[in-house]
Amino acid sequence: MGLIAELTHRCPLQCAYCSNPLALDDRKAELTTDEWRRVLGEAAALGILQVHFSGGEPMARRDLVEMVAHASSLGLYTNIITSGVLLTDEAMAALLAAGIDHIQLSFQDAAAPAADRFSGYRGGHAKKLDAARRICEAGLPLTANFVVHKQNAERVGEMIALGEALGAERIEIAHTQYYGWALLNRNALLPTFAQLEHVNGVVAAARQRLNGRITIDYVVPDYYAARPKACMGGWGNRFINISPSGKALPCHAAETLPGFQFPTVRDVSLAEIWVDSDAFSRFRGVDWMPELCRACDRKEIDWGGCRCQALALAGDAAATDPACAHSPDHHLMGAAVTAADGAPLDLVPRRLRTLSA
Amino acid sequence: MAAVPTFRRGVKFRFDAVRNAWVLLAPEKLFMPDETAVEILKLVDGTRSIDAIVDDLAARFDAPREMIAEDVAATFANLSTRGAVQL
Repeated sequence: MGLIAELTHRCPLQCAYCSNPLALDDRKAELTTDEWRRVLGEAAALGILQVHFSGGEPMARRDLVEMVAHASSLGLYTNIITSGVLLTDEAMAALLAAGIDHIQLSFQDAAAPAADRFSGYRGGHAKKLDAARRICEAGLPLTANFVVHKQNAERVGEMIALGEALGAERIEIAHTQYYGWALLNRNALLPTFAQLEHVNGVVAAARQRLNGRITIDYVVPDYYAARPKACMGGWGNRFINISPSGKALPCHAAETLPGFQFPTVRDVSLAEIWVDSDAFSRFRGVDWMPELCRACDRKEIDWGGCRCQALALAGDAAATDPACAHSPDHHLMGAAVTAADGAPLDLVPRRLRTLSA
Repeated sequence: MAAVPTFRRGVKFRFDAVRNAWVLLAPEKLFMPDETAVEILKLVDGTRSIDAIVDDLAARFDAPREMIAEDVAATFANLSTRGAVQL
């Protein structure tokens, strides 16, 4: 079981494919250090084994080191998912002393001009290369994460080569998942089928070549799938996601779902949230499923797919995920692919106040 | 096989008191090894070779050595591909 601790929505980068919600939490609403310490303690007692400090940019929180140290003292496996642009020598030394187990470093492309354009942060790619070096010199395992989309898919081979050159233990090639900002920018991001085939081929060949040396985890895009992904390993099954303001969510996009009162860790213990809350029980297991899914022999493999996607595309969070070829709404995926083909490449950058102001 | 398996950087094999079970924690991955895999992984110490691990298990468990050797090889091949073990 894993806890995804979204410490803040603040981020120096502005990636248009961010899966954070469009309505980002303000700094003033963020949980305090003491509140996070309590949540980490409750997580360990509940049987959570790994904590993923995420965001936004988790390193934008000055108390990150203290939280890593606390999590580590509780026996939790600690992971930071970061852009790396704030990972100075001092920060690396402090995290190492605090007991950090692993760092996932994001890249926006294989090289600087394009990477900096996608992140909206000039000089960001160079800082990431420095961060990767610091992580490896510290003796920590490094995951190099690359999000791929229409505007960078051709360079997936160079991305993998960069991960190798940096000494990554693990490379994540993740097709954009269309939630939040990515959904807003879908027409400018969704790759063509030919691009998908290119990425598939490069990843398959690299996996074979690097087997036993570097693990390549590959996240495919739902829009070309015949079966849905097992989103979060099933609703309320393997993950608890805590938003910066303390809402407990079965997945980080779940705040978009209507008719839910997501409990906050400010009011309720993690154990009560996990066991008793309506929010975590509603789509847990197989009983909630539409007949189509309940009759399917894959129901405990893909768990009906993604609830947020069912809502976003089919308008009903309890429907079969349109990514499934058996869904009556599956044509919506094909329609989105058609709409994206040849569409303008302009991107709306992720910013705290782009839309609300 | 003379290869000496080791856990890769960032991989922790430990007993979890909440589950009352052994768990293998790796970067953004979690393995819940079955009873056989637990016995195999307990012998990973950075000095024992795969052959030595098979010998140890064959001496303690009532099963044909070939069958144990197959289990051990399959377990390490799987965990190597998934990035938890270095061979």
